[in-house]
Amino acid sequence: MKFKTFAAFVAPSMVLMLLFIATPLISVFIQSFYVTQPIFERVEVETCTPGFPTQTCVTETKTQPVLDASGDVVTETRYVGLESYRNVLQPDRAYDALSRFAIGELLTIDFWKALRFTLTFTFVTLPLVIITGLAIAICVNNAVKSIRGPIIFVSLLPFIITPVIGALSIRWLFIGDGIMTAFLEWWLDRDIAMFAQGWTIELLMLFYRVWHVAPFAFVIFYAGLQTVNQDTLESAVIDGASRWERLKYVVIPHLMPLIIFVSLIHLMDSYRVFEEIIGFSAQAHRISLQFLTFDLLTPDDSGNRSISRASASSMLTMIGIVILLIPLLKRTWRDHRGNK
Amino acid sequence: MSTARAMQQPLLLKFSSGLFLAFWCLLAAFPIFWIAVMSFKEPVDAFAANPLEVIFGPATRANGKGLSIIDIVAGIAVLWVFARMAVNNLSGWVERFAPLGQIWLGWILGALLFGLAFVLVMFGVLPPVLNVINGLTGALGTPVIGLSVEHYQAVWVENAFYKNFINSLIVTAGVVTISLTVGTLAGYGLARSGSSLAFWILIIALIFRALPHSVLVAGYLPPFINSAELLEPFLGDAAPTLYGQPLAVIAVLVSINQPFTIWMLRSFFQNIPNELDEAARVDGCTHFQAFRWVIMPVMWPGVITTGLFSFLLAYNDYLVTALLLDAQNQTMVPAIAGYFNRETTTTDQVEAVAAAVSITAPLFLLVMIFQRQIVSGLTAGAVKG
Repeated sequence: MKFKTFAAFVAPSMVLMLLFIATPLISVFIQSFYVTQPIFERVEVETCTPGFPTQTCVTETKTQPVLDASGDVVTETRYVGLESYRNVLQPDRAYDALSRFAIGELLTIDFWKALRFTLTFTFVTLPLVIITGLAIAICVNNAVKSIRGPIIFVSLLPFIITPVIGALSIRWLFIGDGIMTAFLEWWLDRDIAMFAQGWTIELLMLFYRVWHVAPFAFVIFYAGLQTVNQDTLESAVIDGASRWERLKYVVIPHLMPLIIFVSLIHLMDSYRVFEEIIGFSAQAHRISLQFLTFDLLTPDDSGNRSISRASASSMLTMIGIVILLIPLLKRTWRDHRGNK
Repeated sequence: MSTARAMQQPLLLKFSSGLFLAFWCLLAAFPIFWIAVMSFKEPVDAFAANPLEVIFGPATRANGKGLSIIDIVAGIAVLWVFARMAVNNLSGWVERFAPLGQIWLGWILGALLFGLAFVLVMFGVLPPVLNVINGLTGALGTPVIGLSVEHYQAVWVENAFYKNFINSLIVTAGVVTISLTVGTLAGYGLARSGSSLAFWILIIALIFRALPHSVLVAGYLPPFINSAELLEPFLGDAAPTLYGQPLAVIAVLVSINQPFTIWMLRSFFQNIPNELDEAARVDGCTHFQAFRWVIMPVMWPGVITTGLFSFLLAYNDYLVTALLLDAQNQTMVPAIAGYFNRETTTTDQVEAVAAAVSITAPLFLLVMIFQRQIVSGLTAGAVKG
């Protein structure tokens, strides 16, 4: 295919991606060094109250925003360097807490709290998703043909449901004296309030994510299991391999590329954990990196969005993504070189 | 084919794997099933600690709202008939009656008509007929399971959820159409070009796919809010404020979705043999003609599958729509946040449950009809990419 034809085919897509992905990235990068604030001025105001024999007059200096001709607040944008990053990271407090090994104190700073949760979330759910997906796939593969279709149908439901709604549906089982809380209370014989403390909410969020992603892993592993070489399996049986050994030495190595694929997709997606926070209303206890940016972008009570702090926190989030992706990129690069 | 004796499973293993599967299915379906049950009950029943009370809803029944045995049997029968038709006959009808020979148009129209027919029969025809029958049969006709649709009524009619539904429809329809049009072109180009440039485009797309959406939204917000001023030099007074516009959100979602779309479509295009292109080229087609008249007709399964995933992205999105749309253009998923923020009474909560079920119902239908396409889409990406 000539370059010109190729360019014509990919141009619309490239333009969209440049305009709506690359440009915003650059503008976020630039924004994070600038702060836009309303200009304030100090004015002396003399307030007088009627009195006898003379008026009582008080002069005070007030700070008020400058208004332009049409009554809008005048804003100015100025270069602040790394100040927004400092606001987000709070390096002094963080360093102070770290030097005294006071992890609890470090986690009172929003960014570090979010980072801690995001990383725990990512790396705890990863093995659980892989194992659950693999277990379901192997069991379905062993099951009678006629029930496979219905099982796949039911399994797809948690995967396809709107994430916020999925989180809500689990939350409603546990909220107040919901049936699951009632069941747990009866089982453990103690009073339980799932939404009163952070770690229970965190458990629910972890559970939700595994519930939501395991079907995806299952479908992919199940497709992989269909292509396992039966001859190899049979010769393994003849050689006296037990069921477990066959799984370990034949099936899992065959599925390895798929396991890596699922892990990568899951790493990317769970690093962006966000909907769980909304669904479980966890913001008082647990926040994630993406939620931190979302929260800074949402207008506060006076209608201001802290765009520059949000930009700084998104740039910091990006660094994490890049670190996560390096191994993947290296591998793809090697494959590409190998194919040539 | 009989399995060799050595390959047969011991009974215990069979039993435990069956047990595990049953447990998983219960786990997968239960929360969704349960919110569907809750949404039809009075708040007292919906949040009762005893599961039997939630299912049978004594308080709801006491209010005179419920289903008799006859209602249940008739309802299940209608549901079963429609499910059978959806699985067995729908694709045949679509292929036969597709307007202008366009299968995709046929699917959209078919799904809409089918859904409409179902709603009409289930909620329009059935209740009055059953009312009469219940009156005649006495004991069999008295309600045994509490059921009330008042929360759905409150959500859809009083709180005007249909407006959010229409907004969701506009956004998803826009996203699916545009991202497929743009994506098929790019996917084809990338699949047929072995150049290094194509490789780098795919790698960059992969990096873009990993970006948290909030990072991008942080970049959109300031220009979107000030777009009237920014665009004034080019468009004059007609310059729009992009913030709050469904069109702007469609463009954003299409772009965010582009990396994934082109990867998936590319792997589907790679499955189509190159010889087909070459044959068309020998017959004197240009590249574009070959794409349009030779490749696209055999590409529909891939396009439908990718379309499904684009639909899911747009339909399920919370972050972008919550930040970039204003209240009157709000789609369904962010709108539901309004319910649980003002969670003051239990009635509000049950209304939120009803809204959640309303959002989930179309997805449920989607899995039912397109199960095979979804599975093939998931595996296509994995096996090739």
